[in-house]
Amino acid sequence: MEENLVLKTNNIGKYFYDPIKFKVLEGISFDVKQGEFLTLVGKSGCGKSTLLYLLSTMDTDYEGELIIDNETLTGKKPDRLAEVRNEKIGFVFQFHYLLPEFSCLKNVMIPAMKLGKYMREEIEHRAYEKLDILGLKDLALKPASKLSGGQQQRVAIARALINDPKIIMGDEPTGNLDSKNTSIVFDIFKELTRGHNQTIIAVTHDNDFAKASDRTIELLDGKIVNLNKQWD
Amino acid sequence: MIKGVNTEIALTHILSRKKQTLVASLGVTVGITAFVFLNSLILGFNRFFDDQIFRSMPHMRVYKDDEISKSLLSKKDTSALNVVVNPKMLNKTKNLLNPQQILNEIKKQPEVVTAAQWVTVNLFYTSGKSQMNGVASGANIKEADAMFDIATTMVEGKAGNLESVSNGILIGVGIAEKLNIRLNDNLTVISSLGASKVMKVVGIFSTSNSISDKIKSYMNLSSAQQLLREGPNYVTDIYINIKEPDKVVEYKPLFEKISGYRVEEWKEANETFVAAAKTRSVMMRSISGAILLVAAFGIYNILNMTIMQKLNDIAILKATGFSGKDVVKIFVSEAVIMGFFGTCGGLGLATILVNLVSHVYVGGDIGFFPIRFEPSIIAIGGFIGMFVTTAAGFIPARNAAKVDPVEIFRK
Ligand SMILES: Nc1ncnc2c1ncn2[C@@H]1O[C@H](COP(=O)(O)OP(=O)(O)O)[C@@H](O)[C@H]1O
Ligand SMILES: [Mg+2]
Repeated sequence: MEENLVLKTNNIGKYFYDPIKFKVLEGISFDVKQGEFLTLVGKSGCGKSTLLYLLSTMDTDYEGELIIDNETLTGKKPDRLAEVRNEKIGFVFQFHYLLPEFSCLKNVMIPAMKLGKYMREEIEHRAYEKLDILGLKDLALKPASKLSGGQQQRVAIARALINDPKIIMGDEPTGNLDSKNTSIVFDIFKELTRGHNQTIIAVTHDNDFAKASDRTIELLDGKIVNLNKQWD
Repeated sequence: MIKGVNTEIALTHILSRKKQTLVASLGVTVGITAFVFLNSLILGFNRFFDDQIFRSMPHMRVYKDDEISKSLLSKKDTSALNVVVNPKMLNKTKNLLNPQQILNEIKKQPEVVTAAQWVTVNLFYTSGKSQMNGVASGANIKEADAMFDIATTMVEGKAGNLESVSNGILIGVGIAEKLNIRLNDNLTVISSLGASKVMKVVGIFSTSNSISDKIKSYMNLSSAQQLLREGPNYVTDIYINIKEPDKVVEYKPLFEKISGYRVEEWKEANETFVAAAKTRSVMMRSISGAILLVAAFGIYNILNMTIMQKLNDIAILKATGFSGKDVVKIFVSEAVIMGFFGTCGGLGLATILVNLVSHVYVGGDIGFFPIRFEPSIIAIGGFIGMFVTTAAGFIPARNAAKVDPVEIFRK
């Protein structure tokens, strides 16, 4: 793997068996450079979410090879994959996924408490910072279940940032946001790749969002049809 | 990992569903209370009956067994006419040879608490025209006292008086009342062999067994030997008490080897009692076991429900880097926390209950209700409570660890 690559896939394929056996992904090979802002586009049902679950190490039932940060993760033990997710990957899901019984602050803190790199006060301080970036500082102590959909999605982004992961993955991370908040999130992502050399891989339906990213990969029926989609 | 993030999540889960937690914990409380209370009952009953038995009977007794005459014909001789005679008891004396030496050997064994030479005499107590039959034990009063705690049952006089008065006798309060005899009065006793002896009452005792108080008396070994018309070496039994009366069966062969005579232990002599004690234990253990099982099922149920409702949370935790082990820890912690409070509550409640019941006066020979409180029961109760709840939590927790986050997120 080259010096500045952070993620690499070799000929990844995946089958679904329900209701009948069909190949949902085929021959997926691409590289992602560190600090790149990459978007994935394609028609609904073409396999974008499925691919993202593979990249995130949560789905291990595939063929081919996945390498993140110079470590081949294909075939690794579940405990090691959990460590990798905790330390190196931040997620933002298509639908807001917070723990409803905890405050926003706690939701953001939990992955950092799991990582245990910082003391508790430090973690709390950092969580406030991340919430502040997303304009949510005032809501920090509210229970997550009391927030609107858009607010929850932004808390989830703050949570994805807490451990300063190498890669932030998002499945339509702005799907629930109005245009104002979408542009805020876009700017944050841009700043993360430029200022902090972090990598973004985001599935999106929003063509403007994709156009403004560094590179767009286009999928069609489970295959890559364009490794660097050009917008006219 | 910061210490306790799993515990913190578990606590939040528990606190956000206080009512269910309370119900599950109360289930454990009831189970543990029943367990401790019933076990205290068993212990109390068994101790009570043991005490009752060991007040009149040693843990083991060395004696000379009756022998049956052997057949004189070793083989059937078909050529001659065989005269058959029914086997008879050999008419040998029942005394042990060299009793003092056997006693000394027995006393050397580290398990032995106390041992005593013993002669039992069936006799009549007579005073004027009234007469009562009874049984006298002839023994060294010091040894007898060490075995049966006679001194504490004395209501008049002292057990030790026997040592200085060679024809002294200690009688049960029932005998004294019926024959209208007081301390220092004379009492004539007549043995079943017809020997009579004038004794001096140097003490009156009252045990919790009113029947034996109407029969029993203690006298010096020499008085008993005289009543049996025997010499100073005549001893029929050696009584032995050991440290752990429940282990008599183990020690029996040892003492048979040392003495060269048969040994009878208290369990053989009280088979019905031992069987009754066993029945009691089995009954109460199964009841408390059943209640504990129900409590464990309560924990299992609540946890299963929690997990079904928290599939989303589990998926998020796994997505953000919690391993299967962490998930198990979280949900087992919840079971342990509920189990801990439930168990503590149960131990506390049981302590109060046992205390209350032990102060109930039943009267008669029993006195206070025979329930016994022991730290070991509390310890076992605590251990079982925690063990059962942890085990009950482990099964659903393991299932939670198997949740596939991708499957949850796709929905
Ligand atoms: N668990 C599953 N079992 C069977 N088929 C599935 C499963 N999940 C998704 N699919 C199918 O796989 C294809 C790709 O799904 P997905 O990756 O969610 O597409 P996208 O995110 O691009 O809209 C779709 O046809 C979908 O119906
Ligand atoms: Mg999708």
